Amino acid sequence: MTAVTVPVRSANDASLRPLPWRRMAWVSWRHHRVALGGVVVFLGALAVWLWIAGLQLHHAYAAAAACHPSSSAACQNLINAFGSTNVILKGGFVLQPLPALIGAFVGAPMLAREIETGTFRYAWTQGFGRRRWTVAKLVLVGVAVAAIAGAFSVLVSWYYQPYLASGNGTVFSSPSPLSPGLFELRGVAFGAWTLVAFAMGALVGMLTRRIVPAIVATLAAYAGLALLAGNVLRQHYVTPLVAKGSNLPGAAWITSEWWTKGGKFAFGGRPPVHLLQQLCPASFVPGPGGGIAVRGAFSPTTCLVQHGYTQWSDYQPASHFWPFQWIEGGWLLGLSVLLIAVTVWLVRRRVA
Amino acid sequence: MNVVEANALGKRYGSTWALRECTLAVPEGHLTALVGPNGAGKTTLLNLAVGLTDPSSGTISVLGGRRAGSLAALDGIAFVAQNAPLYKNLSAADLLHETRNLNRRFDQGYAERRLGELGIPLRQKAEKMSGGQQAQVALTLALARRPKLLVLDEPLANLDPLAREDFMATVMTAAAEDGVSVVLSSHVLAELERVADYLVLVSHGNIQVAGEVEDLLAAHHMLTGPASESARYARQWNVVHMSSAASQVRLLVRSDGTAHPVPPGWEARPVTLEELTLAYLRESGAGALPDPARGWDTDSSEVTR
Repeated sequence: MTAVTVPVRSANDASLRPLPWRRMAWVSWRHHRVALGGVVVFLGALAVWLWIAGLQLHHAYAAAAACHPSSSAACQNLINAFGSTNVILKGGFVLQPLPALIGAFVGAPMLAREIETGTFRYAWTQGFGRRRWTVAKLVLVGVAVAAIAGAFSVLVSWYYQPYLASGNGTVFSSPSPLSPGLFELRGVAFGAWTLVAFAMGALVGMLTRRIVPAIVATLAAYAGLALLAGNVLRQHYVTPLVAKGSNLPGAAWITSEWWTKGGKFAFGGRPPVHLLQQLCPASFVPGPGGGIAVRGAFSPTTCLVQHGYTQWSDYQPASHFWPFQWIEGGWLLGLSVLLIAVTVWLVRRRVA
Repeated sequence: MNVVEANALGKRYGSTWALRECTLAVPEGHLTALVGPNGAGKTTLLNLAVGLTDPSSGTISVLGGRRAGSLAALDGIAFVAQNAPLYKNLSAADLLHETRNLNRRFDQGYAERRLGELGIPLRQKAEKMSGGQQAQVALTLALARRPKLLVLDEPLANLDPLAREDFMATVMTAAAEDGVSVVLSSHVLAELERVADYLVLVSHGNIQVAGEVEDLLAAHHMLTGPASESARYARQWNVVHMSSAASQVRLLVRSDGTAHPVPPGWEARPVTLEELTLAYLRESGAGALPDPARGWDTDSSEVTR
C-alpha cells in the first residue's frame, strides 16, 4: 500500500466566483414551480368562476338599484333576486380557507420534504450555506404566493363590491366591510394571511420534519390564529365608537351591545327571555311541548325601549376599513418575518 | 495541513453520546477509511465534519482550521451522504445546474464529460436512474465542485459489486490525479482495504485506531505459538488480541518499533488490515492513536493479557 503522493491542487480561493443571492432564484423556481403553478391554476380556476358569478351579481345589483319606486312589487322581486344570487359565496366563508390551503400545501413541504427525502444533506453542504439557502428560498416563494394571492383578492374585492355599495342606499341591508368573512378577503389582508400561512407551514414542516403531519398541523394552527384574530383581536385595533339606541350608521361593524336603565348598566348582549316575558307578558303564549312562543311580530327592542331601557353599541364604522387593513397587514407581515426567522434559526441549529 | 482535526469532540443525542472525547487529526493527501461497526458513530463524525450538525463538546475543524460548516469550509468540502440523496424529479442537467448555482466553483465541462463516460443522458431524471447511476451522479456533482476534501458516507452500501468497482475507480482517480483528500466510511473493511492508505477505526463512539495504513501494518505482527507459553510472552509483548485454537494461540502484537526476538517455537508473520481491524474491534479498550503528547509506546489504554 503506497500513500497517494500527488500534491493537492493549488486551489486559489481568490479565483472563486462570488455567490450572489440571485443564484437561488433559479433553484427556488426549479424546485417549487410545480407548487406555484398549482396555486396559479387553482386560484385561476376559482377566478374564472368568481368572474362569471360576479358578472351575474353585478347585473342583479344594477337591475335592483335602478328600479323605481323601490317599494313596488317588481322592485322587491329584483331586490330578492339580488339577495339570492350566488348564495354560496355570500358571506365570504367559502374563500376563507384558501390561505390555509396554500400555506399547508406550499409552505409545509418547503423544508419537510428536504428532511423527509434526505436531500437536505446535499442542499445544506453546498457552498451557498444553509442559512442563506433557507432565507432565499422562503422569501422568494413566500413573496410569490403572497403576490399571487394579492392579485386574486383584487378580483374578490370586485366581486363583493355590490354588497358593500348597497350600504349607501336604504334599499338593502348591507354587511360591514369589517365583518369577519369579508374583511380577510379584501385589501392587503388576503395576501398577508397567505404569507403568514406559508411561513407557518415552513416552520411547522421544520418542526415535524414530515410532510403529512406538517400539512395537518399547519391547517390547525392557521384556523386557530384566524379565529383569534377575527373574534378577539381585530375589534381592538382602534378604540370603538359608541352609539346610543338604534342610531347606528350603515355598514357599521357592531362588536358589542349592552342596555342601561336609569343610567345604570342592565345587561349585556342579547336580552334575556325571562326579562322580556316579565316586561311584555302579553306578547308570549305557551308554545308546543311546554315551551313558550312569541305572538305576532314581537320586537324585543321595542319592548325594552317602551319600558325605559336604552340600547348601546360598540361599533367600528366602515371608514375604519383601510386603517384596519394596514394594522392587520402590518402585524401579519411582522409575524411572517418572525416565523421565517425562527425557521432559519432552527435550520441552523437542529439538524442531522 | 490536516483535512479533519477534532479535539475532545463529543456529540450527544438526548442522553446518549454518539461520540465522546474524540481527538483526531487526518493529514491531507490521504484516502482515509473510517471504519467501525454499525452505530459506532461514523456518520455522526462525518456529519460534524461537514457541518450538518454541531458538536455537543469539543471542537472540529477542517482544511487547516476552518470551522466545520462555515462558508469557507463548505467551499472546499464536498459531501455525498448515505444513499446519495438526489432530487428525484430533477434531470441530470438540472442537478448540474443547481450545484453550479449553489457553489463558487463548479467544473461544468468535467461534470458533463463524466456523465458522458457513464452513459447517463443529461435529460435523464434522477428517479429513472439505477442506484449505481445515482451514486455516480452524486459523486460527479461533488467532484465537479473541485473540492480539496471529499467526504463520502457509506458510499458503497447499496451498490452491486460492479457499481462499487466503478464508484471506487472514480474516487481513486480524483485522489490520484487531482490530489483530493478523501474520507469515506464503511462498515465493511474489505472493500476499502485495497484503496485506503489511512485508517480511522471508530467503535462505541470512540476513535480507537488512527494512522497511516503502512505504519499500522508495520507496527503489528501476528505471532503463533504454543498456548502453554502465551501467558509468559503476553506480559512482555503488547498483545492487542489473543485467539486460541487447540493448543496453538495467535497473538496480534504491536511492536512499536522495538523489535522483539521471536522465541523458538513461535512464528511471526505480518498482519493484514482486516486482521488488525478485527483485533481492535474485539478489544474495544485497546487503542492505537498517534497522540503526540503520549507517543505510541506509552499508550496506557493498551490491553494486555
